[in-house]
Amino acid sequence: MWFYEKKLLYPVRVSTCNPMLAKFLLELYGGADGELAAALRYMNQRYSVPDRLISLLTDVATEELAHLEMIATMIYKLTKDATPDQLKQAGLGEHYVNHDRALFYTNAAGVPFTAAYIQTKGDPIADMYDNIAAEEKARATYQWMIDLSDDPDLNDSLRFLREREIIHSQRFREALEILKEGQ
Amino acid sequence: MNQQPQQPQLPPEYYQRLEEIQAIDFILIELNLYLDTHPNDQEAINQFNETVKKSIKLKMKFDIDFGLLINFGRGFTDCSWEWNDTPWPWQV
Repeated sequence: MWFYEKKLLYPVRVSTCNPMLAKFLLELYGGADGELAAALRYMNQRYSVPDRLISLLTDVATEELAHLEMIATMIYKLTKDATPDQLKQAGLGEHYVNHDRALFYTNAAGVPFTAAYIQTKGDPIADMYDNIAAEEKARATYQWMIDLSDDPDLNDSLRFLREREIIHSQRFREALEILKEGQ
Repeated sequence: MNQQPQQPQLPPEYYQRLEEIQAIDFILIELNLYLDTHPNDQEAINQFNETVKKSIKLKMKFDIDFGLLINFGRGFTDCSWEWNDTPWPWQV
């Protein structure tokens, strides 16, 4: 089971209401290389890897859910005071007409999340390579997001998340070595 | 997200104490993942155990002063069910 702790993994502040940044952040929420995809990918792999790797997959999956909550907080704070017109100007008119300001699992282009983004191959080596690639793609997405953002408070949290993807990638590279040693 | 009522103003101490906990817990998260792949690193294990003590101490005090961080088996609620109380993490 899981416990919920009433705090964020790392503080999230935004400088101004900015629905356009919120729209871009959806890529990290419900996009192919976003946090939901990451959490669900690792959670499923736990059942078909050697025992030695179950703790790592459990813990990284759990941290990804904490990242998901940080992204949700960013989107919430960037949009909560926006008028319908501001949302429309930011390219979120289609989102507003369907969801108001509610969060929904889509990518930045509004495409709903799908399990087809992720894979569990049942082959731990293939899965570990997939995880390393997933972390590197997430890291790159955070970098492009930082490049688009002019909000210094938001960028502080985004830089934290970018660094975490590097750490996860590192841990999965070690997991790959552990798997190879076991063969 | 419909317009939310304004959150009551939180004292600066709330943010300071919360960030203290976030900083300590970050050490735990980082050591946790590291130990998953380096389970025999005694120095990291010692640091983990020492940091757990600090984290528990900070959280037990935070629970008393600002309300429960976890609703399951660590802190006690006062006479009203304080888990319902704001702020939730995205509201601060």
